[in-house]
Amino acid sequence: MNNDRFNIAGMNFSSRLIVGTGKYKDFEETALAVEASGAQIVTVAVRRVNVMDPNQPMLVDFLDPKKYTYLPNTAGCFTADDAIRTLRLAREAGGWNLVKLEVLGDQKTLYPNMVETLHAAEVLIKENFDVMVYCSDDPIMAQRLEDLGCCAIMPLGAPIGSGLGIQNPVQIRLIIEQANVPVLVDAGVGTASDAAVAMELGCDGVLMNTAIAEAKDPIAMARAMNLAVQAGRAAYFAGRMPKKLYADPSSPLAGLI
Amino acid sequence: MVNITLNGDPHKVQKGQRLFDLLQDLKLDPGKVAVERNLEIVPKSTYQDIKLDEGDRLEIVHFIGGGKTV
Repeated sequence: MNNDRFNIAGMNFSSRLIVGTGKYKDFEETALAVEASGAQIVTVAVRRVNVMDPNQPMLVDFLDPKKYTYLPNTAGCFTADDAIRTLRLAREAGGWNLVKLEVLGDQKTLYPNMVETLHAAEVLIKENFDVMVYCSDDPIMAQRLEDLGCCAIMPLGAPIGSGLGIQNPVQIRLIIEQANVPVLVDAGVGTASDAAVAMELGCDGVLMNTAIAEAKDPIAMARAMNLAVQAGRAAYFAGRMPKKLYADPSSPLAGLI
Repeated sequence: MVNITLNGDPHKVQKGQRLFDLLQDLKLDPGKVAVERNLEIVPKSTYQDIKLDEGDRLEIVHFIGGGKTV
């Protein structure tokens, strides 16, 4: 397990948990939760600076971009054009090519708009971005994204921020089976067991934000997620026992008094 | 003075003001932001060369905490 590295776009990491940095009380809590999660990649949003108050604290002062790999996202973008603009700016702000593409289709469900997502992925990959892509759990769409050159496929396990857990293990497994790039569950995890389920299915990693940030104790939950991702990965390698319909005693029956 | 749009709001700058100087005036660290001018990315290496014109639309962005839709 110690040699089990997570490779993405030519970089490799020991942690398979990627965490978002939104929804926390303040930057101190964000930094403590990220540290407890063991994550080495953090997602960040790109937003206008407040030109009226430039002295507001900045995320980069709390999470060192040299220590953590910043993964700029397009959260809140509903068109391919907005997502592309956002990531071009992100690349100029940060200076790296690894990005997370997400184009949403609906305010209520935050379900991805796959038509716009495919279009944006195509443009970004032509511009040499390394694109990790949030997508529906449709294996056909996942294959198209991989064929376009996306460096990671990230289907939802349940709607963003819902905490419902992995609702679609069949689809996630199909996507994992066919993929030649990392597959991560992105969205839907609510608690540690959900993260373990995703990893036991054979996911290469899990991306989450709300499950940690909105826990009663975010730092304790970050630690739990760290362990759950490792436990799930270990169980995946160990290979679970077959499920049986009836009991099977684990103590020998021979010699019973 | 010329009128520009800065992050969606009207803003006045000296005619011919350089982008680099605008960032200085706004007390923004050029290393921590990215700038789009009239929908085109401005490479950091050219902040000193870009002179602002009447009607320029600037977007100055940075990284904030964010997971999914925030």
